[in-house]
Amino acid sequence: MTDATASGHRHRPRPDGLEGLAADWASDQRAFKSASWGKAMMWIFLLSDTFVFAIFLISYMSARSSTEAEWPNASEVFSLHVGGADLPLALIAIMTFVLISSSGTMAMAVNCAYARDRRKTAALMYATAALGALFVGMQAFEWSKLIHEGVRPWGNPFGAEQFGAAFFMITGFHGTHVSFGVLFLLIVANKVRKGEFDSGRRTWLCREKGDYEAVEIMGLYWHFVDLVWVFIFAFFYLW
Amino acid sequence: MTQASARQTAPATAHEGQAHPIRLYLVCWGLLFVLSLASYMVDYAQLQGLLRWGLILLFMALKAGLIIAVFMHMAWERLALVYAILLPPLAAIVFMGIMIAESGYTLEARETHFSAPE
Repeated sequence: MTDATASGHRHRPRPDGLEGLAADWASDQRAFKSASWGKAMMWIFLLSDTFVFAIFLISYMSARSSTEAEWPNASEVFSLHVGGADLPLALIAIMTFVLISSSGTMAMAVNCAYARDRRKTAALMYATAALGALFVGMQAFEWSKLIHEGVRPWGNPFGAEQFGAAFFMITGFHGTHVSFGVLFLLIVANKVRKGEFDSGRRTWLCREKGDYEAVEIMGLYWHFVDLVWVFIFAFFYLW
Repeated sequence: MTQASARQTAPATAHEGQAHPIRLYLVCWGLLFVLSLASYMVDYAQLQGLLRWGLILLFMALKAGLIIAVFMHMAWERLALVYAILLPPLAAIVFMGIMIAESGYTLEARETHFSAPE
């Protein structure tokens, strides 16, 4: 008897239509066995974001390699005057190191989170946010410097007109990502500091007591921002 | 593959969270610094041509690989997730190839039809 009901339960016909749609998405079916729903969805979001940045970089490449005009020399445009000497790409190099360091502190924060060290995790996340804010600050400095020198999305004094459009679009979109990352870092760090993940209360970031996966998911986003910068640095600044 | 064999020896504790020695992250961090410095030096030394591009792309790929594998823990995820995330961007590379051909054609057309004669 019990056997029959159990097997009957297993072979229950699937509902169709809208009910079926809801049932298929709601039932316990998962392809990513080691990754939670939240982590898998963050990865899929990052994949879509990868395409956004890929399209930006590809359109920049197309514009640059199809124009007859001389493309501005990034090494000179982004150089910094320090005490009479020209340091090529100095600010960009510092920004790169700042962002990599923020990725480093974020990785440590994730590590401390899984060790359930609340104080250290929050401190490292605040450090990450501070480095991110520093990066955005230097980006703003770079933008105002170039705008002051006459770089516009439709033209610039250094060469091909498409330079400005590509520069503002790509670095602007990346800077926006960093800014939102800083915002979310602060939100999650505050929750960690207040002990919300140890309270046992179920929230949208926390399934059970001591569930610190939200920190790792936050970290995925942050490392992705660093990852995108690796490509921007290579293709936009070093080309 | 080494990844698969490592998973066989390690007990199935992946869902408990990614716990790795802190030294691993520090080494990765250090390597990223060195690679960034190296790619900066390529520009500083004004290397040109194939050498410049080979080195820039090599350092870029190594940095991206380190970030994805270690910092984002992709090296310890199951292949179902790894393939779902890492294979689709290959389409972007194909698109890039198409656009290289396309922009070459555009440039040629501009040079032959729209340039003012010297």
